Amino acid sequence: MDKIFKKPESIRNAGTHYCPGCGHGIVHRVICEVVDDLAIREKLIGIAPVGCAVIAYDYWDFDVTEAAHGRVPAVATGIKRSLPDRIVFGYQGDGDLGAIGTAEIIHAANRGENITIIFVNNTVYGMTGGQMAPTTILKQKTATTPSGREQKIHGFPLKVCELLSVLPGVVYAERVSIHNPQNVLKAKKAIKKAFENQIKGLGFSIVEVLSPCPTYLGLSPQDAVKWIGGELTKEYPLGIYKGVA
Amino acid sequence: MKKVLMCGNEAIAEAAIIAGCRFYAGYPITPQNEIPAYMSKRMPEAAGGIFIQSESELAAINMVFGSSLTGTRAMTSSSSPGISLKQEGISYLAACELPAVIVNIMRGGPGLGNIGPSQSDYFQAVKGGGHGDYHQIVIAPASVQEIADLTMLSFDLADKYRMPVMILGDGILGQMMEPVEFKAVTKPQIKKDWILDGCKGRKPRIIKSLILNEAALEKFNLKLQKRYKEIKNKEQRCEVLYGDDSEIMLVAYGTSSRICRSVVENMRKKGRSIGMIRPITLWPFPEDAFKKLGKNVKSFLVVEMSCGQMIEDVKLAIDCTRPVYFYGRTGGEIPSEDGIIKAIENY
Amino acid sequence: MKEEIIFAGFGGQGIMFMGKAIAYAAMNEGKYVTWIPSYGAEVRGGTAYSMVVISDKAIASPLIKDPTICVAMNSPSLRKYEAKIKTNGLLVVNKSIIDIKPERKDLEILNIPVTELASEAGDHRIGNMVALGALLSKRKVVNPESLINGLKDIVSSTYHNLLPINEKAIRKGFEYGSR
Repeated sequence: MDKIFKKPESIRNAGTHYCPGCGHGIVHRVICEVVDDLAIREKLIGIAPVGCAVIAYDYWDFDVTEAAHGRVPAVATGIKRSLPDRIVFGYQGDGDLGAIGTAEIIHAANRGENITIIFVNNTVYGMTGGQMAPTTILKQKTATTPSGREQKIHGFPLKVCELLSVLPGVVYAERVSIHNPQNVLKAKKAIKKAFENQIKGLGFSIVEVLSPCPTYLGLSPQDAVKWIGGELTKEYPLGIYKGVA
Repeated sequence: MKKVLMCGNEAIAEAAIIAGCRFYAGYPITPQNEIPAYMSKRMPEAAGGIFIQSESELAAINMVFGSSLTGTRAMTSSSSPGISLKQEGISYLAACELPAVIVNIMRGGPGLGNIGPSQSDYFQAVKGGGHGDYHQIVIAPASVQEIADLTMLSFDLADKYRMPVMILGDGILGQMMEPVEFKAVTKPQIKKDWILDGCKGRKPRIIKSLILNEAALEKFNLKLQKRYKEIKNKEQRCEVLYGDDSEIMLVAYGTSSRICRSVVENMRKKGRSIGMIRPITLWPFPEDAFKKLGKNVKSFLVVEMSCGQMIEDVKLAIDCTRPVYFYGRTGGEIPSEDGIIKAIENY
Repeated sequence: MKEEIIFAGFGGQGIMFMGKAIAYAAMNEGKYVTWIPSYGAEVRGGTAYSMVVISDKAIASPLIKDPTICVAMNSPSLRKYEAKIKTNGLLVVNKSIIDIKPERKDLEILNIPVTELASEAGDHRIGNMVALGALLSKRKVVNPESLINGLKDIVSSTYHNLLPINEKAIRKGFEYGSR
């Protein structure tokens, strides 16, 4: 009998540390499928962020480093400029990319660094206990917005793809979601595109992935993906913000 | 090689390139701007050299982190306020056992302070300005020639011990011109079998600093400490003037030591029994040289362009067995020969 | 031999370059030399200086407390440094724009109209070279030929067409001081 579904080569045999219903595992796997499809595992260097995905290297079976909080795009710049023929990607969460590392992401994007950024937006700080993220939507309750995010106090949710898409250094910015299988497939297509752009030397690509964090959304895994497909995609519309599919 | 007239900042940049530095990232700040300016011109000329003017000091040190982990000799430079911003990255470099050279051309502080020469970042440099149980090697040149020689040495030490090395200068050293000869150095053939360059033909590698298990992190820290002990044993460097027959020893590094040298020369002419210890490595502090001093050394006068920071290490080096006095100027002011002589006469 | 020289004047008078030029010549003669510029706030404050120490022995402090030679290119510089010059030291005064008279009696003082002599050489802006030539007529810090020969190495090639008039200015200053 033919094997029609298997573990990607680039993923390690490891039990997950992520919470039930967490989207990180899916995004990890999708990245590894793309790495296998493009046969880039042996020339790949990944960068893990600070946040729940900090130990992504426990799952990825290729060279990986870990950056200080928010500094993934700067570390990626240093690696890619030193080894321009390798493939370099950064994996960042919403706090890492959208709060503490805003300067680094904007300037790496604006320099048009030939790197790939996978931005996992789950609207909340997971590792530290569910605090407000820059992408937390208005009225959303978190550990530090107990009555819901209020614009007067906390400002507006940060629209990363919209923001980066105006920069000339960005060749590709797409927002995808993984709240159902069809969207996971679309996410894979976008992530593949983001790596292909780098292989072709086109410049900076970012894929924003709307991803569930049931634990700190206070929802069941099922309700969390429903919330993403409904309310969250209204706040963060899916689609290509820069470049072509 | 012919001598050239060059300022300290440019000598750092040129020496780095000769030492094989092929990656520089930095952010403008006075009084070290000659370094990025020189690098921006020379790096593209040097084979495969990369220059990046980063968006911040944080980005610069993290770009150096990224470049270093590919096995590239990498450097950044700044002055005091910018070096404060780099502390996060320095701690991560130390934790990830990554070599890097960081230049601090110190200016007056705290805060924005001023751009005058200063030595008030001594504590930050030698006691570990970032978080955690780590050290960096700290090198303190006192002339443009020494800047050139010690910059090359810094890259070798960084690679050998896989850790950050800081070159600690001040505004005067950075701006001052002196003749300098760039002596050909042999780049030590240290095999970097830990770099990330894609896992072709080998197992994947991970470079990280997160060690969640307490016992494992303690073990890692003890491993670092063992290396630091080895460095303390092998890498102490200093210059001693009249160590055998002086009653008073001045202790100074960098620009302060140049002024103290004049004081020693002039007072010796007048028959005074005075000498100087000039630390060249501030970490490891040259404790052994203090222990080897003649018994007739009765007291020490530490001269710094700060309110008194190195003085603590001098007291520790002699186990407080003799009086240690202090004379310093701060805020961009420079100690004068007269001020130092007055301090000697008053104690 | 050890000379401690302070060049002082307005920003734009070529104060840094005077120091650099004589330091470079001294280096080429095999002497020890240090050069320190004033930088930052001091420059903007009106008086820029450069300090040059030239010696046949290794130089301890590059910072000059009391110079053996001072070239004052404007009045504030004269006021600031006159009192500090060592006894029997040399004071070169830019007579073209300094309207106050030095007071010290224990110095060798050379008043020289640098702007006028520079104009005669071909460009009124190179009074700094006139002053350097004058200095060398009074103190043999370096051979004037070393100074002239070194200029091409430290002047950007864009300005190499001005080298002949710089040489002329140095010689004019030297002649004026030798009279």
